[in-house]
Amino acid sequence: MIQESAVRPPLVLGDKTYSQMTEDIMKPLETKPNLLWLAAFSIAALVMTMGFALIGYLFVEGTGVWGLNKTVGWAWDITNFVFWVGIGHAGTLISAVLLLFRQKWRTSINRAAEAMTIFAVMCAGIFPVIHTGRPWLAFWMLPLPNVHGSLWVNFNSPLLWDVFAISTYLTVSLVFWYIGLIPDIATVRDRAEGLRKTIYGALSFGWNGSARTWARYEVVCLILAGLSTPLVLSVHTIVSFDFATSVIPGWHTTIFPPYFVAGAIFSGFAMVHTLMILTRSIFKLKEYVTIYHIELMNIVIIITGSVVGLAYGTEFFIAWYSGVEYEQYAFLNRAFGPFAWAYWTMITCNVITPQLFWFNAIRKSATATFIISIFVNIGMWFERFVIIVTSLHRDYLPSSWAMYSPTFVEIGIFIGTFGLFFTLFLLFAKTLPVIALHEIKTVLKSSGEKYRQAAAHRVEKGSAGESPIMPEISLARNPQQETEI
Amino acid sequence: MSKNFLLGVYDDEQPVLNAVNELRIKGIRVYDVYSPFAIHGMDDALGIKRTRLTIAAFIYGVIGCTLALSMMIYMNVFDWPMNIGGKPAFMGPDFIPVTFELTVLITALGMVGTFLYVSRLAPGVEGDLIDPRVTNDRFIIAVEIKNEEVRRKTEEVLKSYGSLEIRERLTEK
Repeated sequence: MIQESAVRPPLVLGDKTYSQMTEDIMKPLETKPNLLWLAAFSIAALVMTMGFALIGYLFVEGTGVWGLNKTVGWAWDITNFVFWVGIGHAGTLISAVLLLFRQKWRTSINRAAEAMTIFAVMCAGIFPVIHTGRPWLAFWMLPLPNVHGSLWVNFNSPLLWDVFAISTYLTVSLVFWYIGLIPDIATVRDRAEGLRKTIYGALSFGWNGSARTWARYEVVCLILAGLSTPLVLSVHTIVSFDFATSVIPGWHTTIFPPYFVAGAIFSGFAMVHTLMILTRSIFKLKEYVTIYHIELMNIVIIITGSVVGLAYGTEFFIAWYSGVEYEQYAFLNRAFGPFAWAYWTMITCNVITPQLFWFNAIRKSATATFIISIFVNIGMWFERFVIIVTSLHRDYLPSSWAMYSPTFVEIGIFIGTFGLFFTLFLLFAKTLPVIALHEIKTVLKSSGEKYRQAAAHRVEKGSAGESPIMPEISLARNPQQETEI
Repeated sequence: MSKNFLLGVYDDEQPVLNAVNELRIKGIRVYDVYSPFAIHGMDDALGIKRTRLTIAAFIYGVIGCTLALSMMIYMNVFDWPMNIGGKPAFMGPDFIPVTFELTVLITALGMVGTFLYVSRLAPGVEGDLIDPRVTNDRFIIAVEIKNEEVRRKTEEVLKSYGSLEIRERLTEK
């Protein structure tokens, strides 16, 4: 392993060996669920059931039970859709973009973040389907031959692009996640007995750790990362096209794609924090998900939060600069109209609170990060609400202006998706390793606390013969040389 | 015909890499190495040729791109053209998003499918697991023993890099 700078904090704390790492990460899978997990799971499952019951009620009664009206035809449903899709983006960013950039700290959080992506996209997918009004005809969105002509879907429509973008995103994320899981499932298999061994054995695809498979495996992961990187950018770009290609003031702006992507990464990292700060303390993984990991993610949050803040300002500037009256009114109405409370909630949560991360003490505090991450989650939900509802409720024609308020059905379905999300995440955390074991083992030698100290010690001693900078290269060329590692 | 393997078990990746290098220098072909994670530089040490999966990925990408474009052009230009304000039925830029998504989808699925096929990985496959500890913290070098000369030399090298144990394994194939 090439030694890293000693200034960098270690990524794995404590005196770990490979087998100790296996033990630590496998422990949640092999022990009985504790009371805290059972309580959390029961609540999540109950909330999920309520959500599905309300969806059933919606199907029976029709979309009239929502608070929508002729003017505000899109509100909570599309807000929730964009919110959940955005959450997913951090997972792909961590697993794919950081893999391409060879960031070692991703190995502690990528598995959980990818799981979060998949569950978030599942929650997101519910909303457009139920919003169609007749969800049993949702397959009409696919280009299938039919008895009407064939009357094909319209490929000029951004809403159809969304169907392809979201389903591709879900499929590719799922495949990427599962490929990453195979070696770890094999580890579970080789420690398990009886029925567990059979199940994990089938799921492990017969993995045996052969170097030939590993060589191909690494290439496959790299290409999947290379595919996922433009994919993740395209997904939220296409989501933003749903708005940007319309002629609604406040939506019809070219800034939307980068603004939405930055917002998605921002909200996604906040959700990773919310999940990982809980997971690391419940499953005792603080040596793997360290304060340094939290700090690095906080830096991403400052950057993307500032990009989002800049985008809010730019929108206002362009509305004034364009000279379009409707555009100008839409933005003034956002900040000072009847939904001003939502706008200023958004500004407070998204622009002001993340700036607290400039303080060292806050950036390195798990508790403070957890609280701010909740604020960001709330703020990013309000961002989508503000964009969608304030642009619609006062349109071109003042006689059709209307207000919007949600009914219990909309609120209940949204809370229900949180139930679904946490139910799936809790099940995942108890049945599959939450940390990518085979990946974090590769950073132990270069970034483990113990190894780092040993390397620093060697440098201090100045023992030139052992070449502390790149021991493995000199050894590979001269196998006769004795090794002290 | 049954094959006889000599297995050297290690608890660290560095001596494994060194031992494999030395075995190659001595002209002994290493059958395979089993490890809990990908060892950096092992493919070079073993002389594994660069995988052609990247080429496969490119071909799948071309197929995906062609399929997506021809599907949309057939449906929206030839089979059911729509008059949208007199604009041409073939609206190039509008076809880009779906073309991109389907290219990515077919590349990802095709490449992963090919990877699983060539690596003989599938749900429920009984893998030829050499030792259950290789998915935890053990690294195993497997050398096919063709004669006594090879056995002697291999044992010497494996021991000199501090193998924890050396054992034989017979496979019926």
